[in-house]
Amino acid sequence: MNRIQETFKQLKENGQKAFVPYIMAGDGGLGCLADRLLTLEKFGASLIEVGIPFSDPVADGPVIQQAGIRALANSVSLRDVIVELKRTKGNISVPILFMTYLNPILSYGVERFAEDIREAGIDGCIIPDLPVEEEDIIAPLLEKANVELIRLVTLATPPERIEMISQKGNGFLYTVTVKGITGTRKEYQSGIGEFLEEVKRLSAIPVLAGFGVSNEEQARELASFCDGVVVGSRIVELFIKNDLQGIEKLVSSLHKETMI
Amino acid sequence: MIDYALPNERGHFGMFGGRYVPETLMQPVLELEIEYEKAKKDPEFQAEVKRLLEEYVGRDTPLFFAENLTKHSGGAKIYLKREDLNHTGAHKINNAIGQALLAVRMGKRKIVAETGAGQHGVATATVCALLKLDCIVFMGEEDVKRQALNVFRMELLGAKVVSVKSGSATLKDAVNEALRYWVANADDTHYLLGSVMGPHPFPMMVRDFQSVIGNETREQILEREGKLPEAVVACIGGGSNSMGMFYPFIGDTDVKLYGVEAAGRGIDTPYHAASLTKGRPGVVHGSLMYLLQNEDGQIQEAHSVSAGLDYPGVGPEHSYLKDAGRVIYDSITDEQALSAFQLLAQLEGIIPALESAHAVAFALEQAAKMKETETLIICLSGRGDKDVDTVRSIIKRGESQ
Repeated sequence: MNRIQETFKQLKENGQKAFVPYIMAGDGGLGCLADRLLTLEKFGASLIEVGIPFSDPVADGPVIQQAGIRALANSVSLRDVIVELKRTKGNISVPILFMTYLNPILSYGVERFAEDIREAGIDGCIIPDLPVEEEDIIAPLLEKANVELIRLVTLATPPERIEMISQKGNGFLYTVTVKGITGTRKEYQSGIGEFLEEVKRLSAIPVLAGFGVSNEEQARELASFCDGVVVGSRIVELFIKNDLQGIEKLVSSLHKETMI
Repeated sequence: MIDYALPNERGHFGMFGGRYVPETLMQPVLELEIEYEKAKKDPEFQAEVKRLLEEYVGRDTPLFFAENLTKHSGGAKIYLKREDLNHTGAHKINNAIGQALLAVRMGKRKIVAETGAGQHGVATATVCALLKLDCIVFMGEEDVKRQALNVFRMELLGAKVVSVKSGSATLKDAVNEALRYWVANADDTHYLLGSVMGPHPFPMMVRDFQSVIGNETREQILEREGKLPEAVVACIGGGSNSMGMFYPFIGDTDVKLYGVEAAGRGIDTPYHAASLTKGRPGVVHGSLMYLLQNEDGQIQEAHSVSAGLDYPGVGPEHSYLKDAGRVIYDSITDEQALSAFQLLAQLEGIIPALESAHAVAFALEQAAKMKETETLIICLSGRGDKDVDTVRSIIKRGESQ
């Protein structure tokens, strides 16, 4: 059992939902990455997604695009992030996931990438521009390195395809809950609960909802239909404002005491 | 003769191509592939494409023997395939007609497109006006400034032009925004991609729609010369006019194919668009292809005096044909293209697009090395009206120095 599976097993035993915050590595300088991870763990994050900056992030909205531009302006590369996480490995205990577009990986070298991120203590990898049809380019190498490839399904994915995709993974199924790119939304389209329940029914592995989650209420509502939520843009915004209280409130929104 | 049947069923040309898109776009591209395969076999659809190409675009375009240019180079007979005579002034409309009719067939009445110089945007807006489709065109803020006249043309044709401020605010960022828009609106919107790039089936489909260029050329040259040409030359940005020209000749291994990239201020400077000459394989905009990128895999900006060649990637099929050695790729600088632009105007009374001027410049060098009994065909992909302002200001600057 890998650390992601252990985390979900633990959450289930405790009757808890997963809260997965996202941060862009290098936003605010690479020096604050380790601190931010610690902060998020302290506030109760179940797993943490670390974004790698890319020049052409087609799945991302303005907030994460801007965070990436700031990180690139700080000359932060995939290599730097791996080195930094390797250096601070052991500081935090929750699983860490990379969220990176494919090209920085190809440029780094797929084999070396799989080995190096394992050594740096990365547990999983989300590659938003890599559909299952193309994943042979890296999936076998990640598997060999015991790094979990986290796959996505969306509102546009038909049921049989959701089932097929969920059977490929051992981590969790990342369910995109909006038709569109990352970024906060005032509200979700109707029927989102039924959709999440359907995914939950089809999936052999835990189901997390992500994209567009903007506040505690939305997080709690979405989590009630599945195994937890991923929150990106809103966390990035709160870190820019250095609003640690706001982050704590959001990250702890799925804790049992606040769920009542 | 060789058999050539790429891409494979997964949209791969060797290691290149594919469908590297977010999961949200998988359904739209799979659906597009199915619908395109059906349309391809539907005589009614093909007849409608043909009718519009003839009656609206003005095809066939002529194959013109450029006698003065031939004398000037002193070698092979040079022919020009006159894509500049198409309605809207370039080859772009061949693809726009095909894809717009496909969108109508799929019941999608909204079109999104990207444009760099504005030629594809104008072609798309034109066809959308004709077929009564809603049209939204993403264009980099820099290009909006540089190509103000084309922005006005698109608006005149009823399109909505959105200025893209993200990233480097040029063509690659316009593609990003168009893809983001499509991710959110795929239910009722078709992405009318303008070149042989993007996820499968786009590179194949755009090539097929543009192959009318090479098919006509093949027939025309056989009629005129009684034999196939020794050489065919076309310019390459994303690579649609060249792919359309080359494709019907790929099996004829005696025909040498030359693709000409933009060397900008020189391929040993950072200011060029020579993805095949100086790039390395990578993934952006849905496809694995040769790309200009830094050592960390960040996509770099391309530079060329010609806005239509100003793209850091190049179609996956070209990437494959380079590695397979079937097409020879070379590059021409801004300066060489500007000379060829003026030369063609003076010698033949034809003002070419700056893009096409790259092909003319290379062809002149190539023809000079060939025998008088041999023939060389240039794909003159577009006319130069859009570029006269740019060229005038460059010449003026040169004179004042």
